[in-house]
Amino acid sequence: MKTKARVKKDFTMSFFAILLGMLAGSVLMAVTGNNPLEGFIYLFRGGLMNIERIGNTLATATPLIFAGLSVAFAFKTGLFNIGGAGQMLIGGLCATAIGLTFDLPKPLLLTMIVFGSLVGGALWASLPGLLKARFNVHEVVSTIMMNWIAYWTVYYIVPQYFKGPFLETESQRIPESASLKVPWLTELFNGSYINLGIFLAIIFVVISALILERTTLGYELKAVGYNRDAAEAAGINVNRNIVLSMAIAGALAGLGGATFYVGFASNMQIGVLPAQGFDGIAVALLGANSPWGVFGAAVFFGLLHTGKGFMNAMTAIPPEIADTIIATIIYFAATSVLIERNWDRIRKINFGSLVPGKGKNTLEAESGGDE
Amino acid sequence: MSHIVEMKSIRKEFPGVVACDDIDFHLKKGEIHALLGENGAGKSTLMNILFGLYQPDNGIIKLRGEVVNISNPNIANDLGIGMVHQHFKLVHNFTVTENIILGLEPTRGLTIDIKRAREKIIELSKRYNLNINPDAKIEDVSVGMQQRVEIIKMLYRDAEILIFDEPTAVLTPQEVQELTKIMHSLINEGKTIILITHKLREIMSIADRCTVIRWGKVIGTVNVSETSEEKLAEMMVGRKVIFDLDKRAASPAEEILSLESLTVENRDGGHGLKNFSLGVKCGEIVGLAGVDGNGQAELVEAVIGLRKPDGGKILLHGEDISNLSIRERIEKGVAHIPEDRHKHGLVLDYTVQENLVIKNYYLPPYSARGLLNWDNIYEHAERVIKDFDVRSGQGADATARSLSGGNQQKAIVGREIDGNPDLLVAVQPTRGLDVGAIEYIHQRLLEQRDQGKAVLLISLELDEILDLSDRIAVIYNGELVGIVNAAETDENEVGLMMAGGRRGAAV
Repeated sequence: MKTKARVKKDFTMSFFAILLGMLAGSVLMAVTGNNPLEGFIYLFRGGLMNIERIGNTLATATPLIFAGLSVAFAFKTGLFNIGGAGQMLIGGLCATAIGLTFDLPKPLLLTMIVFGSLVGGALWASLPGLLKARFNVHEVVSTIMMNWIAYWTVYYIVPQYFKGPFLETESQRIPESASLKVPWLTELFNGSYINLGIFLAIIFVVISALILERTTLGYELKAVGYNRDAAEAAGINVNRNIVLSMAIAGALAGLGGATFYVGFASNMQIGVLPAQGFDGIAVALLGANSPWGVFGAAVFFGLLHTGKGFMNAMTAIPPEIADTIIATIIYFAATSVLIERNWDRIRKINFGSLVPGKGKNTLEAESGGDE
Repeated sequence: MSHIVEMKSIRKEFPGVVACDDIDFHLKKGEIHALLGENGAGKSTLMNILFGLYQPDNGIIKLRGEVVNISNPNIANDLGIGMVHQHFKLVHNFTVTENIILGLEPTRGLTIDIKRAREKIIELSKRYNLNINPDAKIEDVSVGMQQRVEIIKMLYRDAEILIFDEPTAVLTPQEVQELTKIMHSLINEGKTIILITHKLREIMSIADRCTVIRWGKVIGTVNVSETSEEKLAEMMVGRKVIFDLDKRAASPAEEILSLESLTVENRDGGHGLKNFSLGVKCGEIVGLAGVDGNGQAELVEAVIGLRKPDGGKILLHGEDISNLSIRERIEKGVAHIPEDRHKHGLVLDYTVQENLVIKNYYLPPYSARGLLNWDNIYEHAERVIKDFDVRSGQGADATARSLSGGNQQKAIVGREIDGNPDLLVAVQPTRGLDVGAIEYIHQRLLEQRDQGKAVLLISLELDEILDLSDRIAVIYNGELVGIVNAAETDENEVGLMMAGGRRGAAV
């Protein structure tokens, strides 16, 4: 179990990374001759100013939550899942195929879609897991290759079996009964993209947290991740856990694919690996690999993605600035390991005389940023 | 009498610990002064402050009567303070001379004047009887020689005060004697020595005075000639230490573990295990003696299930367990105290309570239907922590990483014995531990035996084997040399067998 102090530290680290990222963004805005304050106001208003935009923020965040959970979950077992994009594609393909094939009442069809994308992603990711367990093939290599296998699989299957009426490069639109969008929710958020996926995402954040903190499965997975040798010597089946961890990570990414292709969108394009699969790595990093951290990080990224168009429309700031901010945050989240290592020193320099742990985090973060 | 070094009210805090709690330390010129304390008592921290590796939070250091500020090791060098670290700091593919001049290269024009350096090293080597070949590469010389290179490195820099950090930990008994001689010749030449150690016997034979540190505080400074090992141990640990184990005669019963012609091949070019047969009975401790790398690791891995045997059988209670998984063997009553507690013993990033259930978390009362019962896990941890005297900052919630080595080991011993195993395979159970912890763990192993359980003890420390075992099996080159009764043998005989000599017969 994580201690409270540890959670607090993770939170501070992430906050620190965001702050530094925004600082870098301000510098860029100022250099390009714009007012950073104005830029940020429009950036955040673009993601939050009305109920529709809040809905869009959440809708954009949904696949990111799943992709982030996927990376974070595998990471707990010491595995680096770079195959989120491919697993999303396969999950999305399963969902689309089910949606376009069966003509069933919506609740039943959606259940099948959720289940199908979950199983599809799980099977897809368990293959690199098996390769790792059986032949010690590094999962980074095999998951990247699996991404391309998924890419070309979709490239073949979509035009062959689910070709759209106008374009060779996309599938047919899924029927309304197969979409995670539901009228009451869309109306509630004034016509936003928001869909049932966000509830699914929250459910799986809770499930992931429960698995990791409360179950023997989570205990085993983390033991293998922290110290494979000790886990093995204690009688834990290391190989089984590696496959299981990859399967669960794949299931989460597969679900993310469903929320993207039959929730956020209504058809599948061929020739594109979903960027969310890779953004998931950043989300997991910023969220310190904890399920609720991932949720927060994904919503924040969703906010930036949704707000950047509005910022661009209202100011002369190019939307790429928002991407730059995201990139800088990722950069600082990644280097937070360095910050963490020198954490006690940073703390000492500024607040050596104060009692440690008295909630000076914000101040510390800021003074650290000045260095 | 003049004090060459005076450290006054030295205080150093690390997050969560006070390593040095207002320590006063006085060093007389020309003495060998031992600094004694358990692991983590603060003796190394204090010396690292003197050597400039750490800055004290408080306090002053006086050198030859003058207050100095030693902010880094270079300044320490300039002030004539040298240190031989426990882990040598040498470049392996450099020669002895190159290592010694590193950072202080004598130059002639743009080139290094290695000749002049070499001559100075030869002269120093003669003067102190160090017997060093300046042209040998470090990777080719013995550990004892490497240590002498470190010593000459300090002398080359004209050090007056020499700090030795646990210098004998890596040496054989003969090399220790050599080192003692060297230290005395250093003193005769007017040097002053600080010796960091937790070995009492060494202090008694080498040092003039001894300062004992416990929990960051000085307990006292004594003249070695006026004290005894028992008194020093008591000062160090804070209570009476029993040197003689309370060991009753064993009452062995039926055989529980039988190795029958066990063969394990070695993949890394070592000896492996060849046709090895051995029986361990309930109610006895069988010690396996041998020089490191003679097949002990293969034996242990085969018995606990980390490695499949290539031939022969492993019988537990008469049942062949060679093909069972590790978990099945654990469930049949095999416990294991691993040699490397960080690699195989603990998940360092897990808390103590999580580590204490790593072998039975999936069983009630720790879990039910796949859900962990944290209350029961915590309760279990509290009990083991209390029973086995595991000390940690935050009790069951502390991460294993934050515990001292001795307490980590106690946690492992507690976990393994608490499972009430029929057979306990203990590999180097006291490696790197201090007197208090060693005494405690030995007592626990004996208790285990007295309760009718079997213990297979594998150790490289011959003393430990001789003290604890009822029977001693000696392994050499992967083969069983012979089995002797501990009561009827001595260090010489076992030592001879460890080198491959058969008992009572020429090889």
